[in-house]
Amino acid sequence: MEIKAGLMDFEALNKMVRADAEDGKKLVLREVNGQRYIGCGLCGSAEIDVYGTPGNDMAAFLNGPSITVYGNGQDQLGNTMNAGTVVVHGSVGDTAGYSMRGGEIFVKGSAGSRVGIHMKAYKEHHPVLVIGGSVGDFCGEYMAGGTLIVLGQGGKPSPITRYCASGIHGGKLVLRGEVSPSQIAREADVLPMDEETLSEIEPLIERWCGYFGGDKRELLSGKFTLIKPKGKNPFARLYTNNVY
Amino acid sequence: MLYNEGRAHLPNGCAISGIIDTSGGLFSGSDIIESIALMHERSNGLGGGFAAYGIYPDHPDEYAIHVFYDDLKAQENVEAFLEKHFLIMLSERIPTRKNANIVRSPIIWRYFAQPLRNRVAVSGYDEEEYVARCVIHVNNDFDGAFVFSSGINMGAFKGVGYPEDIGEFYMLDNYHGYSWTAHGRFPTNTPGWWGGAHPFTLLDFSIVHNGEISSYDANRRYIEMYDYHCSLMTDTEVMTYLADMILRRHALPIHMLPKIFAAPMWEEIARMDDKSREEYETLRAVYAGALINGPFSIILGFNGGFMALNDRLKLRSMVTAKAGSKVYVASEESAIRRIEKNLDEIWTPRGGEPVIALVDENADIGRRRRVL
Repeated sequence: MEIKAGLMDFEALNKMVRADAEDGKKLVLREVNGQRYIGCGLCGSAEIDVYGTPGNDMAAFLNGPSITVYGNGQDQLGNTMNAGTVVVHGSVGDTAGYSMRGGEIFVKGSAGSRVGIHMKAYKEHHPVLVIGGSVGDFCGEYMAGGTLIVLGQGGKPSPITRYCASGIHGGKLVLRGEVSPSQIAREADVLPMDEETLSEIEPLIERWCGYFGGDKRELLSGKFTLIKPKGKNPFARLYTNNVY
Repeated sequence: MLYNEGRAHLPNGCAISGIIDTSGGLFSGSDIIESIALMHERSNGLGGGFAAYGIYPDHPDEYAIHVFYDDLKAQENVEAFLEKHFLIMLSERIPTRKNANIVRSPIIWRYFAQPLRNRVAVSGYDEEEYVARCVIHVNNDFDGAFVFSSGINMGAFKGVGYPEDIGEFYMLDNYHGYSWTAHGRFPTNTPGWWGGAHPFTLLDFSIVHNGEISSYDANRRYIEMYDYHCSLMTDTEVMTYLADMILRRHALPIHMLPKIFAAPMWEEIARMDDKSREEYETLRAVYAGALINGPFSIILGFNGGFMALNDRLKLRSMVTAKAGSKVYVASEESAIRRIEKNLDEIWTPRGGEPVIALVDENADIGRRRRVL
């Protein structure tokens, strides 16, 4: 099933997508440009290929299907996503993986600001976000769970910019490349790579290479920095029991 | 003037878009209308507008004064004032086309005018300051009248409606400029009314803005010390006046403006080398009242170029791109791709990082503001 989106209104397009996204079925959307909410809240196991530039909140609340984008994503890609896989053969805008609580997002290129803001994990739900390039300010802001990997390819001096992991209280960030402590929020712990994390990210990097090409061994041989919250409850004294 | 909305707080949105041909080539308003129209959902129909540069080449040294009037009495009063202070070369209704979605429009007039030399001389101001004083006086002291554009070889066109309808209403497809900016409004804290639509202008400075300024009152009190008056019931106008004061009256180069509006945190300044640290510390100290806090993405237009800027914490979206001699800015990438499929480069500037696009020095575009 193919749909040519063109200048189609987002409501009309999403109505068609929802009607056709049956389990195991493949849907191809062509000439997409700016239509919001593609795949929003979809359940099941459909596969959707998107050609063009899908609009904001693509894959928001996604709950199972796989979406592959041949182009760049805009803002809030994977907003509060629950399950499923999003693969972007390009870059994404601000707040990709916003409040994501399950599923996986793989991005070939770079991402804007506040990537993975407030990602969270619960029991078997463990969101994964892998960015091939670099990210903007506030990466992993208020992060509460899950794994966020930034591979730092593309020639930038660092995989991150400023204020990384501001307000982090759960989950972990794995950054490949040069990182200075001044780029990272005070409430985060900057740690060397450990065996457990390395074995966790290895299959994810292998899958990233599978989608976009690239040498897994070379990617794994880079310099990694691991970022976690300081302690189990780093903000316990910020609002209550304040001793300052 | 009519307020088409109460004073309720609505969820935020807004769209901005800008296109400039740095070779100075002129193009019609159709592109910018299509670009802003693609982001229809970001607006709610309570404000749309455009700024266009290079559109009045036949009036190379006359100020194009665009005015909204509530009624003929207001027009009579303002015209008496303008005639006393300007030589009016041409006075005409701004041509509009009927549009089913644009209703209750005010009387929309424009004047091509030269300040009276003897008046300028006795005022003690230079010519631009004289014009700015006249504009601020009309907006502050005349009932039912608002000057919404007052630059040379440029013009703002705005009103209550979706931006694509406003563009159609003003027939912008008939105008040709080298630089265009546009705004689709989703008013948050203030009424949707004709004067409150973006862009906000003074002389050839114009600003379209997505966001809201939490430092507004601090900025307003600061700028009112220098005889600017905020009379349009919205936060954005204060940024236009700040830009006018800093770039025109204080003649600072444009690269300093983002260092004032979106100054880095002190701890970041502390890590800079000596030369940069001194510059940033000085600007933060001298222009503390011009620091803009809160989410914004803006495009500041002026004769000869524009500057796009995000707040330092990057709380609004903004994408920039290049294709040939053209530079594009928009709230969403798709709004750029709508009008140019083959982009040479596309990127997202980080918070506080300006994108400054200037028309080539040797291009003949008429009046040009020196900003370097």
